[in-house]
Amino acid sequence: MTELTAQKQTTLDQIGAATTLDALEEQRVAALGKKGWVSLALKTLGSMSPDERKEVAPAIQAVRGEVAAAIDAKKGELESAALEAQLASETIDLTLPAPDMAKGSVHPVSQVMDELAEIFADLGFAVATGPEIEDDWHNFTALNMDESHPARAMHDTFYFPDAAADGGNPASSSEAVGQKRMLLRTHTSPVQIRSMKEQGAPIRIIAPGRVYRSDSDATHTPMFHQVEGLVIDRDIHLGHLKWTLETFFKAFFEREDITLRLRPSYFPFTEPSVEFDVGYANEGDRRVVGGHGDAPGHDWMELGGSGMVNRRVLEFAGVDPDEYQGFAFGLGIDRIAMLKYGMNDLRAFFDGDPRWLSHYGFSPYDQPTLSAGVGARP
Amino acid sequence: MKFSLTWLKDHLETEATLSQITDCLNAIGLEVEGVEDPAERLAGFTVAKVLTAAKHPDADKLQVLTVDTGAGDPLQVVCGAPNARAGMMGVLGQPGAVVPSNGMELRKSAIRGVESNGMMCSVRELELGDEHDGIIELPDDAPVGHTFADYHGSSPVIDVAITPNRPDCMGVYGIARDLAAAGLGTLKPIAFPAFEASGACPVEIRTDDAEGCPAFYGRVVKGVKNGPSPDWMQQRLASAGQRPISLLVDLTNYVMLAFGRPAHVYDLAKLSGPVVARRAKNGEQVLALNEKTYTLDDSMVVIADDAAVHDIAGIMGGEDSGVCDTTSDVLLEIAYFDPARIGVTGRKLGLASDARTRFERGVDPTFLQDGLDLLTGLITELAGGTASETVQAGAPPSDAKVVPFDTALTAKLGGVDVPDDEQRRILENLGFAVSANWDVTCPLRRNDIEGPADLVEEVVRIHGLDAVQSVALPRIEGVARPTATAAQKLERKLRRAAAGSGLHEAITWSFISQGEADAVGGGHWSLDNPISEDLKVMRPSLLPGLLSAAKRSFDRGAAGLQLFEIGRRYLADGEYPALVAIMVGEAAPRSWQHGKARHFDAYDAKAMCLHLLEAAGAPVQKLQVMGDAGDVYHPGQSATLRLGPKNQIASFGMVHPSLLKSFGIGVPVAALGIHLDAIPAKKAAKGPVSFARPSFTPPALQSVTRDFAFLVPEALPAGDLLRAVKGADKANIVDARVFDHFTGEGVPEGHKSLAIEVTLQPQDKSYKDADLKAIADNVIAAAAKQGAELRG
Repeated sequence: MTELTAQKQTTLDQIGAATTLDALEEQRVAALGKKGWVSLALKTLGSMSPDERKEVAPAIQAVRGEVAAAIDAKKGELESAALEAQLASETIDLTLPAPDMAKGSVHPVSQVMDELAEIFADLGFAVATGPEIEDDWHNFTALNMDESHPARAMHDTFYFPDAAADGGNPASSSEAVGQKRMLLRTHTSPVQIRSMKEQGAPIRIIAPGRVYRSDSDATHTPMFHQVEGLVIDRDIHLGHLKWTLETFFKAFFEREDITLRLRPSYFPFTEPSVEFDVGYANEGDRRVVGGHGDAPGHDWMELGGSGMVNRRVLEFAGVDPDEYQGFAFGLGIDRIAMLKYGMNDLRAFFDGDPRWLSHYGFSPYDQPTLSAGVGARP
Repeated sequence: MKFSLTWLKDHLETEATLSQITDCLNAIGLEVEGVEDPAERLAGFTVAKVLTAAKHPDADKLQVLTVDTGAGDPLQVVCGAPNARAGMMGVLGQPGAVVPSNGMELRKSAIRGVESNGMMCSVRELELGDEHDGIIELPDDAPVGHTFADYHGSSPVIDVAITPNRPDCMGVYGIARDLAAAGLGTLKPIAFPAFEASGACPVEIRTDDAEGCPAFYGRVVKGVKNGPSPDWMQQRLASAGQRPISLLVDLTNYVMLAFGRPAHVYDLAKLSGPVVARRAKNGEQVLALNEKTYTLDDSMVVIADDAAVHDIAGIMGGEDSGVCDTTSDVLLEIAYFDPARIGVTGRKLGLASDARTRFERGVDPTFLQDGLDLLTGLITELAGGTASETVQAGAPPSDAKVVPFDTALTAKLGGVDVPDDEQRRILENLGFAVSANWDVTCPLRRNDIEGPADLVEEVVRIHGLDAVQSVALPRIEGVARPTATAAQKLERKLRRAAAGSGLHEAITWSFISQGEADAVGGGHWSLDNPISEDLKVMRPSLLPGLLSAAKRSFDRGAAGLQLFEIGRRYLADGEYPALVAIMVGEAAPRSWQHGKARHFDAYDAKAMCLHLLEAAGAPVQKLQVMGDAGDVYHPGQSATLRLGPKNQIASFGMVHPSLLKSFGIGVPVAALGIHLDAIPAKKAAKGPVSFARPSFTPPALQSVTRDFAFLVPEALPAGDLLRAVKGADKANIVDARVFDHFTGEGVPEGHKSLAIEVTLQPQDKSYKDADLKAIADNVIAAAAKQGAELRG
């Protein structure tokens, strides 16, 4: 037994001293292998008397257990040291740049159009569209601007060559040709006519899209974006118009202190006609919408035109003006985008400069939702 | 329309301040576009007296003045004006004052070594006129030290935008009337200068076009003396932005601007025979006062005598019969023209004038005789002469419109409760006659009133729109219902998928140049009146706009660019929604990991195209890659994606080098185009909407892969082989992909080697060797039909 104890001690010492898995394995074979001294000691049990065996066996088993545990412990130790060494050798410089994940953007006009759709959907408005190459009748006549109407002159219209002048049907009267003369829509209002003709009343739509005026300077481009709003029902009045615009601007700018001012104006397709202003303050060189326009440091800014749809327009669109009435409004999308997101140059909107688009564009994951708020913070 | 506060107060008795007046103008629909106070522009300029004037020691043309400013010691000022002299009164700008004509701030300075403490100013420098021969000379009794603005009597100028429905406010008097109705003061009666008319008018007046010119009033004044108009009138005209011309011309302008009443004055000596309003003859010509010759047609009204046309009626007078310095006898014309005819004529001739603006909107038909008397009185008072009686041809419209009005409409339409008596008072103050049972007779000058809604507008604008309270729109119960259409949802998905894949969304002009349109196959819609040749033709494709943006970007030194646009193409038969994307230059820059930069190629365009189509919900698996992507693409590096031979959904590839050259782009461009309208809509099942998908359980057994290497003719498209392989055993083959494409050593001439990994999915039991062999045989047989031979 003493011999066994001594051997155990020697083996444990050697296990403790092993620095490689191979050395450890050698010790395992020497002790626990088929011909190892522990195995050999166990084999001696067969030649013993039962009483003797009863006495010696537990001792040998204990030694075997002790050695095996020591080997396992040492093995774990050596393996984790080896792993650490391997990991240390695999260290890389993570301050080196990684490949860029390409980053795209959504144009501010598209983003704002999505915001408009989201807000107005909550108020029950659908989004309607119409052609940009429009005929004279839908753009003017049906909006109560006949051929000789002076308001037409305010529209700076882009025209396409008159079909009649190119040898069109000589049988058609000059008036009929005039009605069909093609032009680029000067406003989104013709969509009112088309939508009412298609759907009748009651109706709630917004119609965002491109519009065109022959006008170009620092604040005007010959193409820009407008959104039309139209509500026709039985008892709609100017108070509903005011609420709708206020409610929209509050949701759009995400502030409760929006103050709206209506001012009388004139549009042939509405009666009464009003322009709407919002209060704003100058902060630095930026206009910040909010507050009362007459408050100190504040002023009013015109944002669009609106009014109660003229009964002649309803008639043109096939809606009974004695049964239905309602309001329409129009406002510039580029304009409210600039106000909200702080751009100052309209021309840059249409330049396709990736530097501008990266800066003012939106992450595709900033999909406007009511629950998150329709605005995207920088 | 611009006018000075002083002028307004000629007609409006009011204690209101300037800001009260402008607030009220805005509130009643006469939008104030600006207020300019000349006193601000003339700040720092004072009346001063030149005490001494001596020659500058070092400059022949300069003098050194001492100037009494009325305060403190006299100032020394260097002056170059020839008329500067001791004892004269003038206008001194002191250091700090800003010269109106050039925006320069005056400073104390040395001019050729002599100190100068300001500037004696000319008329032009203060923008009071054109004269610049010398400095302003004021009368000897001008108060030294007084601010020049006060002395000059400058009055703030209000600029009001008059909407086309309010011709009655195209004169200062009309604006005063509206303000008075809004309670801001009292309208003063018009002051008619007295004159005596003697004798019949010696000129015969006729209207031969009663429709175009229903009324023509005339009168002769003999023995007038033309010259400059008085200061008070010049100041008023200047505030309206009108340059003084001569007394007789200024007077007609004054009557027009003050009362909205255009008139015309002819030099009688230049007329012969009766003066007639008639239709022009086709081809008849007239030299107008703007010194341009206009060719007329028989839709137009003219005023003519026996010899010639003297006036494009209601728009512009003729040069030949205009008044001049030596004019002594004049014929005055005040007429009423049909507004529509004037508008048509003006548009046809492309001729704008203050008279046209008023006539085409409609002048007050009740103000002909009054207008003529006013003009006559002013002429005889200021230019002398003897007036004849009026001669009158025809009569202006006199049927007043009567609108039955229900006062409840004001609340129903306007959303504001206004008591009946206030509604009545407002209408009456505006000149409407209201009967006991609310029949409202409109003043003839208010031709904009069509019906009751217009009366609501009158009541509401004067009562004040601030009284309109917000009322919530009724809304459906519960959560708002979805409203977006399939097309709108498709566009949204595509947009965000594209932006999420690294593309920047651009918005480019809908119109492009003729050359750009021709380069992509030609446009169908060309503007008659483009704003420039660059923006003339409606784009038949979105590609040119993006290529132009790319050109600008690369000219600035960009290395790579990815842009897309979703918008309309304008074709002969309509507008079609499309997405076009371009990927230009470096896809990945040179890097420490991969070395050289990688450039975009046609496969990038293909990958992006398929990715976007998948995001859009297009049946990507069913799409076939086919040729003929059109002339904008590289013929060997482009293709279309089609659902059947005739249904093209998209195209992709490298842009044709010639097209790039025409845009001045020197790097290859990968592009793709998707026709949104060609993507088939998902069939909506009948009945209530169902979001449930077909049932699916992932197979329990593991899939296995087998590789095949084929030798195929070089011309065989890999896609054909892949499709054949996939179709070889549809029950087992779930995927097949090319993982190697090789020509060269070991591959016979005219052939290529394609290696394909086929993925097999066992269903209810694992494959046995015999199963796998059968599938492999099917694959090899299907490939053989394409001319492919299994490599040994």
